[in-house]
Amino acid sequence: MKYQTQRLAYPYFIAAMGLFVAQVLGGLIAGTIYVFPNFLSDLVPFNIIRMIHTNALIVWLLMGFFGAAYYLLPEETETEIYSPKIAWVQFWLFLFGAAAAVVGYLFGIHEGREFLEQPLWIKVAIVVVALMFLFNISMTLMKGKRTVVSIILTMGLWGLALFFLFAFYNPSNLALDKMYWWYVVHLWVEGVWELILAAILGFLLIKMTGVDREVIEKWLYVIVGLALFSGLLGTGHHYYWIGTPGYWQWLGSIFSALEVFPFLAMVIFSFYIVKKSTRNHPNKAALLWVLGCTVLSFFGAGVWGFMHTLAPINYYTHGTQVTASHGHLAFYGAYVMINLAIITYAMPHLRGQQPYNQTLNMWSFWITSAGMCFMTFTLTAAGVLQTHLERVMGLDYMEVQEQIALFYWMRLGSGIIVVSGVLLFVYATFSKGNEKQAIAD
Amino acid sequence: MSEGMTKTAARNIFFGGTIFFFVIFVTLTVQSHFHILEESTDVSTLTESVERGKRVWEKNSCINCHTLFGEGAYFAPELGKVWIKFGGDEDAEAGREALKAWMEAMPTGIEGRRQMPQFNLTDQEHEDLAAFFEWISRVDTQGWPPTPDDE
Repeated sequence: MKYQTQRLAYPYFIAAMGLFVAQVLGGLIAGTIYVFPNFLSDLVPFNIIRMIHTNALIVWLLMGFFGAAYYLLPEETETEIYSPKIAWVQFWLFLFGAAAAVVGYLFGIHEGREFLEQPLWIKVAIVVVALMFLFNISMTLMKGKRTVVSIILTMGLWGLALFFLFAFYNPSNLALDKMYWWYVVHLWVEGVWELILAAILGFLLIKMTGVDREVIEKWLYVIVGLALFSGLLGTGHHYYWIGTPGYWQWLGSIFSALEVFPFLAMVIFSFYIVKKSTRNHPNKAALLWVLGCTVLSFFGAGVWGFMHTLAPINYYTHGTQVTASHGHLAFYGAYVMINLAIITYAMPHLRGQQPYNQTLNMWSFWITSAGMCFMTFTLTAAGVLQTHLERVMGLDYMEVQEQIALFYWMRLGSGIIVVSGVLLFVYATFSKGNEKQAIAD
Repeated sequence: MSEGMTKTAARNIFFGGTIFFFVIFVTLTVQSHFHILEESTDVSTLTESVERGKRVWEKNSCINCHTLFGEGAYFAPELGKVWIKFGGDEDAEAGREALKAWMEAMPTGIEGRRQMPQFNLTDQEHEDLAAFFEWISRVDTQGWPPTPDDE
């Protein structure tokens, strides 16, 4: 670790891991309710559990992004973070807001739009946190070297904050509400978050492979270009059936089908760069997460997204477990894994240890990823059956749910595997390794 | 794909293309905004009761079990056309009563059945929620959801 202020990433990564565990435990409870519907029903109903499951995910991914930015910006810009004090205030405010939101949810205090359930004051706090953060990293960028990685990362983070502002607009017309809701949700995960993902990926590949920065930076522009050219109008695949005009069925189908390509480019890019690698980096686990991230995001976001994105198909699959299967593997492959990659890479530096429990970390990679893949397969099977029985045969919703119950059992099984993998990751990351020499770079 | 391209060219394509597609996207959003106000939804009947009904829907986080126009959780049925399912389009009063009776009977407590919580809505809230369901059932959703029953 070359710069003192890189250590600012540490509390963010710790909080991210804590919330990650909370998120998967929430998922485990939700999966349990699917097979034992009376479980907790009097105490904490399903809607609250799900709220915690999805919100904890979003918050921990953001924590990870903030941490990643504080970790990689000093190295990229070759200067210390502008204000460590702001970074600390921002951290505690964000953590407090997240904790207050979760406690509030348990007591039924929440707003009512999916993923944007945070009460108004917490939404305001999120904006304050984002502004502090953006000020801090933009000032760092201004005084340091502006590399492509740091510029794309900063653009992504600005976009993230900007599009969140649509969370404050909740018109009484449901169709309008839905249209602008996607300005937050889609333009985050299929837009600006991909910039953040690509920037972190680029940084890790530069550090671990020693390949010329020029080559990697050119690829980065190509990837984020493909992401936004397809992803912006790709928003149209959410505008098929919510009261928006019919032409979105054409536009959305064409452009969202193209959303596969940035993910394909990332797979080719990362394997190509790693193959050209000029150095043998000791952190094998981090490299495994990087490559796994590009592969599983290609399948989860790319292939599984394409599977139901064409309007004539989506007409039947929309709002079934097919969507849930895609959502799980896409989030895991893209944003969970890139966070785990940077955490795996940075932790030995932050804790001053040689790659720690590297083998255990790699076991957690295979266990968690296998669990997530199996979960995706079970939900896909459930969704395909549901689509046929409910949307083609015309069976009643609850009747169909009984027909596909077997898959919910298998999903719960895969959930247990995922939780064990996550706990193993946390243990591997925070426990003491055997070799304790400090890592060179 | 990028072998023959310089970094500057890649950067210019990225910024230029992003601005280009973003402008198209925003323009089409504006067009869609007016389409919603003038064509696909009936703004003239968007009463205060409908508006309050939407808040009832939000306050109780219905979206985290049900879906509306296919969006939400997938744990409980789609409710975009629930008004029609309960016969409200034919007899509004009966539809309202049926919805209210349904919600008041929850939770069933039956072992092995998914449980909908008891939300203890006031009479006013029941009425507003019904008004909301009635209003959204008339939104032009391009023929979604599929209705195999009719074929």
